[in-house]
Amino acid sequence: MSRLGSPQELEALRQSLVQSRDPNRRCVTICGGTGCVALLSGDVIGAFREEMKERGLDSEVDLRVTGCRGFCERGPHVVIHPEGILYQRVKQKDVPEIVSETIVDGKTIDRLLYVDPASRQKAVHESEVPFYSKQYRLVLDGNARISPDSLEDYLAVGGYAAMQKALTSMSPLEVLEEVKKSGLRGRGGGGFPAGRKWETTRNAEGEPKYIICNCDEGDPGAFMDRSLMEGNPHSILEGMIIGAYAIGAHEGFIYVRNEYPLAVLHAETAIRQAVERGLLGDDILGTGFSCHIRINRGGGAFVCGESTALMASLEGKVGEPRAKYVHTSERGLWEKPTNLNNVETWANVPLIINNGSDWYRGIGTEGSKGTKIFSLVGKVNNTGLVEVPMGMTLREIVMDIGGGVPKGKRLKAVQTGGPSGGCIPESLLDTPVDFDELDRVGSMMGSGGMIVMDETNCMVDIAKYFISFLEGESCGKCVPCREGLKRMREILADITEGRGQEGDIERLERLSETLLDCALCGLGNTAPNPVLTTIRYFRDEYEAHIRDRRCPAGVCKALITYSIAETCPGCGLCVKVCPQGAITLVEKKKPVVLDQSKCIKCGACYDVCRLDAVVVK
Amino acid sequence: MTVNLERVREQVGAVLDRYGRDQGALVSVLQDVQGELGYLAREALVEVSNGLGVPLSRVYSVATFFRAFSLVPRGRHQINVCLGTACHVRGAVRVLESIERETGIKAGETSDDLRFSLDTVNCVGACALGPIVIVDGKYSGEMTVNDVRPLLDSYD
Repeated sequence: MSRLGSPQELEALRQSLVQSRDPNRRCVTICGGTGCVALLSGDVIGAFREEMKERGLDSEVDLRVTGCRGFCERGPHVVIHPEGILYQRVKQKDVPEIVSETIVDGKTIDRLLYVDPASRQKAVHESEVPFYSKQYRLVLDGNARISPDSLEDYLAVGGYAAMQKALTSMSPLEVLEEVKKSGLRGRGGGGFPAGRKWETTRNAEGEPKYIICNCDEGDPGAFMDRSLMEGNPHSILEGMIIGAYAIGAHEGFIYVRNEYPLAVLHAETAIRQAVERGLLGDDILGTGFSCHIRINRGGGAFVCGESTALMASLEGKVGEPRAKYVHTSERGLWEKPTNLNNVETWANVPLIINNGSDWYRGIGTEGSKGTKIFSLVGKVNNTGLVEVPMGMTLREIVMDIGGGVPKGKRLKAVQTGGPSGGCIPESLLDTPVDFDELDRVGSMMGSGGMIVMDETNCMVDIAKYFISFLEGESCGKCVPCREGLKRMREILADITEGRGQEGDIERLERLSETLLDCALCGLGNTAPNPVLTTIRYFRDEYEAHIRDRRCPAGVCKALITYSIAETCPGCGLCVKVCPQGAITLVEKKKPVVLDQSKCIKCGACYDVCRLDAVVVK
Repeated sequence: MTVNLERVREQVGAVLDRYGRDQGALVSVLQDVQGELGYLAREALVEVSNGLGVPLSRVYSVATFFRAFSLVPRGRHQINVCLGTACHVRGAVRVLESIERETGIKAGETSDDLRFSLDTVNCVGACALGPIVIVDGKYSGEMTVNDVRPLLDSYD
């Protein structure tokens, strides 16, 4: 592969790529994101390769393995172009039929189409699926259109055009102004204006300056950064190079979670390709601007998503944060000015440069511009990644795009913002989702996790879950966080295990205040949020645990019992799975008998019963 | 378990060379050493310390801080149970308890016969498929208590 020595050569290559690609040519795209891979899309891909080879179609039909398409719930996804027919939940054994029916004969296979659970209507194309039709996919758009390991694919859809524009027709200050004017705010959680951060690093004293892409996506329940890094790594590199140019940095780092092996692999490939082609490295496109980017893998510590801890880890030290009297944008990595942004923030930059800040400001709300990607998970019908303009209401996201709560259950709360966020009750579902509105209701945007909970989720248990998580992830450097979280977890454990006392709620509130005021870094400062919001909106549930020794949602083991309903037809399935032999079939076609003294409340019978005859109270 | 010192030196040396013996690469070096040896043997940490010119105490502080590192040998099969929020609300804890019952080990432990090592992870980003259990890198989604035994039985 030859190096592109000038912007003209890049443009010529792009033109030839666009021309050589016939939009009407048959092409099968298969999702190769982590979610679909877990659902065995690898077998589907292999079966397509073999089947097409056997039928001699491999020269006529293109096969493209794309990044994550976001609708992981219905994976693996196969889309047949040019018609754009979407098949979902495709298995290896479906492949011969797809090839003979759809690819050769042009017929649609009904049983592989998506059926809208609400209207029972079948959707042939992606645009007819409500999950997709209400989204506004800007940042995620590339994921479905390109193969993440193909630079040519990225170039053919306009990749590196923004970088080319910035490096050749804009001064660094003009780029900076454009990003400032766009109103882009950091997507990693804080929501700090990206342009202002860039400016601080640019104006800070000290050389060299560094840029960092934070892909240490530690928030459990959020996976948009994984999806972007896996599915469209060049778009992130492009954003970073533009940022480096505006800031005056020549060296950058991508800090990726160790738990995301595919993201690491694709980022490595992208860097290698970009360097080979002269889009990254020394003298990019012959413009004289140089920028080098390296990958570092994290070590599985949540706190390393915090900027100062991340930088300590990059320096080869223990990932402990420091107090930010001096911001990292002025003194960060190796004491040098360092600009850190999250994956999604960087991925927005090429869009802003390509389309202009006025266009970007036209999307979103007064204080939050552009789109935001959410990972909609938990008790929701359509689980997956959702990109919408800022300001859409929670209700639209969860009910219209997410298709509501499965199995006719009642929605109880939506948890946003990861472990540092809060639980928003059903009554506030009409809250428009942007940085400021989520703060107002006591939660936060965070990195965009959105976990839907139904009536069978216990809010005290959820608070305990987050506090235990944060207790384990606290680095232990400052006392309020290390000791405060431990005490809070102990109190929550007492409440959920039937040892709750009057005054526990107040004790939790007092400890929360201490953490808010005194913890060293963002982890501790925001840690009480899940506790405070669940107390604020679900105080009665705490009181039921403490006063009545009762878990209304039927979750907390010490407070519940399993029993058999009279409707039980005695099928005996639960008898087979019970690890304790606590269930016996006394008489045929009569309810089974559960011996409470042997029951360990493992839930095996509950899971296996198809007739809701196992009751939890 | 006995450690072949010569071989450890060789493997650690190769990793150190790959990173140009750069002190800043300590975390990456330890990851690669663990990748080669399966865990961070004391002998390997001493080699890293000497090779990078970093005090052994600091090597240990980093090796024990990050949960990706293990200072003891691992089992033949690595089980990771995702306890991310999405998996949690879908009942991951019950799945974990079931695995603990079946294997006789708790999260963070390795069985005496070195068949399984069991760990929990905080989200693998495949939330749509929760609860998720990963054995030797292979994902099994939508796990229930009753799927545990058949899954474990497929690993010797």
